[in-house]
Amino acid sequence: MSDTTQNGPVLAADGTPLKRSLAKALRMQKMRALMLIAPLLLFILVTFILPVGDMLFRSVDNRIVQNVLPNTVIALESWDPASTEIPGEAVFAALAVDMKAAAEIKVHTKVAKRLNYENPGLASIFRKSGRKIRKWDVENEGPYKERLIELNDGWADIELWRTIKTYSGRRTMGYFLNAVDMKLGAEGVTVRPENERIYNTMLIRTMRMSLIITFSCILLGYPVAWLLANLPTRTANMLMILVLLPFWTSLLVRTSSWKILLQQQGVINDVLVWIGIVGDDNRLVLINNELGTIIAMTHILLPFMILPMYSVMQTIQPTYLRAAKSLGATNWTAFWRVYFPQSVPGIGAGSILVFILAVGYYITPALVGGTKGTFISNLIAYHISTSGNWGLGAALGAILLAVVLLLYWVYDKIVGIDNVKLG
Amino acid sequence: MSALPPYATTGQRVWYYSFRVICGLIFFFLIAPIVVIIPLSFNAQDFFTFTPEMLRLDPEGFSLKHYRDFFSNDSWQSSMWNSLKIAPMATIVSVTFGTLAAIGLSQPHVPFRRAIMAILISPMIVPLIISAAGMYFFYSRIGLQGTYFGVVLAHAALGIPFVIITVTATLVGFDRSLTRAAANMGADPVTTFFRIQMPLILPGVISGGLFAFITSFDEVVVVLFVGSAGQKTLPWQMFIGLREQISPTILAVATILVAISIMLLATVEMLRRRSERLRGMSPS
Repeated sequence: MSDTTQNGPVLAADGTPLKRSLAKALRMQKMRALMLIAPLLLFILVTFILPVGDMLFRSVDNRIVQNVLPNTVIALESWDPASTEIPGEAVFAALAVDMKAAAEIKVHTKVAKRLNYENPGLASIFRKSGRKIRKWDVENEGPYKERLIELNDGWADIELWRTIKTYSGRRTMGYFLNAVDMKLGAEGVTVRPENERIYNTMLIRTMRMSLIITFSCILLGYPVAWLLANLPTRTANMLMILVLLPFWTSLLVRTSSWKILLQQQGVINDVLVWIGIVGDDNRLVLINNELGTIIAMTHILLPFMILPMYSVMQTIQPTYLRAAKSLGATNWTAFWRVYFPQSVPGIGAGSILVFILAVGYYITPALVGGTKGTFISNLIAYHISTSGNWGLGAALGAILLAVVLLLYWVYDKIVGIDNVKLG
Repeated sequence: MSALPPYATTGQRVWYYSFRVICGLIFFFLIAPIVVIIPLSFNAQDFFTFTPEMLRLDPEGFSLKHYRDFFSNDSWQSSMWNSLKIAPMATIVSVTFGTLAAIGLSQPHVPFRRAIMAILISPMIVPLIISAAGMYFFYSRIGLQGTYFGVVLAHAALGIPFVIITVTATLVGFDRSLTRAAANMGADPVTTFFRIQMPLILPGVISGGLFAFITSFDEVVVVLFVGSAGQKTLPWQMFIGLREQISPTILAVATILVAISIMLLATVEMLRRRSERLRGMSPS
């Protein structure tokens, strides 16, 4: 519709054109909405988004080598790592200067630790030499090449120089390559030998077990959701409490309960022995393995499957099933070709949710998984808190986060995040 | 499903009853692990299974000793108080920011609504270990690691998605002409908010707050990384107990926590019905 008449634009009460006045009001409205959201957005940004970003940055950060060995890195620029000769006197002299400076403030151990991740054994060379070089006069006591090699013959190893050269940049892909069981050497990217591949195995195991958990949840959740959606509201509400109670119960309570139930002297084994299914001397091993993790996590995540399924199934008209049957469909055909396709969105929503939550689980696998049933999260926690290889932990975290965010995006496209229901 | 028609065939009858049995078993699977720890927590022995005395319902087999241990043990008591100090503060922070933002998000014209929503919900989606590691590094850098304030901020961030989800859900049915009517009668925006909008969305705000509370009260991964020994919470203490020397006191703690969850669940359900009634929907 046009907002102009023969007498010119329609005017608002204060004399401005109505169109501009309306646009201004809309802008005001938008501003007001954003002003209400802004504090929280800022809060989440500082307390959550920045920390996660900071951690992701660590997965490529390699400034330590340049910071500790600045002169060596510059001197190494002219050296060709493909040559068979170790670098000349100039590089060794630069190294001596850097090492003396580093040893005085005791940061040479940091670079030693960093390079040791890529080439095990380098740490001790750096540490031992650092202690001695501290007492050197690095201006006029050359030649340093001979003196350093005399100090520790590791300095004559060309692999050491290749490692330093490869990891002299400010950024590195080294951690990510380690995280997928590859290695960045002087000759480029190579796959690690079979017996050193632990991270891929872990990643695949996490995916595989999360899929198994998701499928068990579908299998157990579907009948329950169907029953809840088809019972009279009063009964359904009563039964719904049985689904919501686990949802509200502390995760640690549920995990400790499974830990107690599943152990070899636990209630489940006792019952099985009492019935006579298993003998007293060969009780089932249900815990500290993959099975334990799968059982406990299926139980913990089942409500997240039932709730979305239930809310979709509630909208399916029971008359469709009756119509199908009256048209001659058997029970199975009516279910499979009429009811099931309509319930697929619920299965999809529940599955993505359960999978997202399962992939990143830490507590339950750590407590009931033993060594065989742990997830990638447990490995990340190990690298962050125990081994101190933060870069590798961050790289593994970044891969996990990428998987989760991809699924989150899919979930948003299919279901919409504003449609998440919490009971 | 409500009842079998009189003309049902034998096959249909068998399926009808076996389906109910299957569902019953699944409900059993859901609820049994939670229920079973309640009697076990009254065990007079330090075992994690039913003793013969308990099965005979002999009063000798039952005792309150694990509860006594919980209430007299210093480390359990201090962890309980830490939890009770952290969770309410985190709840207040997330409810305040979350409710404001949820009201903003339910305005009719919000630019980048989808993107903002995705960011605000992300603490619920990002694996806890990643959040925990990131907060550990970042908070150490700004001096918040190992402080009470740091743990409160971290827990508040984790609770926000729940507040946003519940409050926006309540606001979906909110009749905006009510606020316009109030404004028309001369109320300023603050009065309108506190006297018109707030009472109507209060049930949603409270249940969002309860979600945020339970999130913080149950949380262990982030507090393990962001907190220090001074902020050892109840779940942290349980986690240590489960990993190292598993003591039956955990059963007593678990039972108390189950009782708290039942109370919270009952409150949330009541509030949900009340909110639906307030908004003129038939309570389901």
